[in-house]
Amino acid sequence: MITAERKPFDQIKTVTDQFENILVVGCNTCVAVCLTGGEKEAEILATQLRLQRQKDGIGGTVETVTVLRQCENEYVDAVAAQVAGKDLILSTACSIGPQLFADRFPQVRVAPAMNTNMLGVVKEHHVWTEYCAACGDCGIFNTGGICPIARCAKQLTNGPCGGSQDGHCEISKDIPCVWQLIYLKLASFGLEGNLSRISGPKDWSKANSGGPRTMKKEGFKP
Amino acid sequence: MRSGSTLETVLEAGKFAVTAELGPPKSADPQVIIDKANILKGHVDAVNITDNQTAIARMSSMAAAKLVIEQGLEPIMQMTCRDRNRLAMQADILGAAALGVKNLLCLTGDHQSFGNHPQSLGVFDLDSVTLVRMVRDMRDGPRFQCGEEIAFAPRLFIGAAANPYADPFPFRAIRLAKKVDAGIDFCQTQIIYNVEKFEEFMRQCRELGVTERCKILAGVAPLKSAGTARYMKNRVAGMDVPDELVERMSAAADPQDEGIDVCVEIIKRVKEIDGVAGVHIMAVEWESAVPEITKRAGLIPGSAS
Repeated sequence: MITAERKPFDQIKTVTDQFENILVVGCNTCVAVCLTGGEKEAEILATQLRLQRQKDGIGGTVETVTVLRQCENEYVDAVAAQVAGKDLILSTACSIGPQLFADRFPQVRVAPAMNTNMLGVVKEHHVWTEYCAACGDCGIFNTGGICPIARCAKQLTNGPCGGSQDGHCEISKDIPCVWQLIYLKLASFGLEGNLSRISGPKDWSKANSGGPRTMKKEGFKP
Repeated sequence: MRSGSTLETVLEAGKFAVTAELGPPKSADPQVIIDKANILKGHVDAVNITDNQTAIARMSSMAAAKLVIEQGLEPIMQMTCRDRNRLAMQADILGAAALGVKNLLCLTGDHQSFGNHPQSLGVFDLDSVTLVRMVRDMRDGPRFQCGEEIAFAPRLFIGAAANPYADPFPFRAIRLAKKVDAGIDFCQTQIIYNVEKFEEFMRQCRELGVTERCKILAGVAPLKSAGTARYMKNRVAGMDVPDELVERMSAAADPQDEGIDVCVEIIKRVKEIDGVAGVHIMAVEWESAVPEITKRAGLIPGSAS
């Protein structure tokens, strides 16, 4: 899933203080699962804002609405009635949400309440870990189903580097060395010898370096 | 001869090579380089010019390499993958060769979080292995990474690093073999304090045929104090400092002198290991220790013998 964390309240407040009527929009997909921007969290944020604004003597309204997915026009368009009359749409989705709101409601200012951080997995309860860098050229069959582009601090294609020690990355004892994991996984299949093959250089043109990407499903009309 | 460098000449003649390290300053002052070069000149065959070492912004390795050449000393220009993409790297490789650089050491580079600009973007377009392959293709193709021909090839003696103390240990010699396959001519190892483990690493290298295809220079460094020993043991990733050594440094009346003695002892031991073609002395910000170490170890640079 896409994971996102809420921005510090003071940062959100600096933006919202400039507006009178605000719509906080939650998203009930990824950010709801990571317990940061779903319906409940959007309502908590709206309540926090209302209380703070009352204290600060700022007029206007703070309303909330939550949509199933802020990454599809039909769900975003469906809240046009709630958007009407608002000066600011504050989205608790990943950064895709506020951007799509900005596209669909060009007359209304939009702000993100979140910092989007990664494509990750729920490693354990309340812990998410990055697993994918969306590089556009998945090569994890060769690395035991483990991605070094997302999970190695140096995106090595021929690791582990000289900083791998006791199973962790040179940058932190809290980060596993992904190339150690790759080595062990391949060794469990008796395939560690595969790592003597040179891999790369990577084709970054398929990643974001090639410019913003568009995906079209063949055989369908937009 | 692939490069015609002094280092290549010495190693190809089967002579024991001695290299050291010269870190560029965190300033635009050429005098720092000139002074360090003159301390090292005559005592070594070539000096490594570090490239934003430990991710700290410094004078560029190419500029410092040129200043070193002007002092009559041969540079081994280091290049990391952290700060440049393949376009910038190839530009610098051509530029360095045009300025007279003949040895290039290819490294992935320390992560930017270690340095003084932890908020910078880490590039890592290539890694050390794919960088080596690119440099070899530029020299021997001669062609750019994209496949286009190069009319006037950079003649470089290509090196890389090897760390016998990183994990997983069984992969370390294989990783070096991979760099040999990619195209290195020589390598310099991580600083050796645990000689037994290095011996085992060298045995694996011989088994893989690495020592026949690549000149291995054993990395050594004098310890300045027990504090330095402890810091290296506990804080520097990929280092193996035995407890006895920390104790010996703690007990020493003159730690700097003891540190030099330890370094000399290690040089004498690694020199005897089959496949060790030279030593690389890393006396970082302690260049004056190098002439003393080579003197006590009885090392005469291959180029001077």
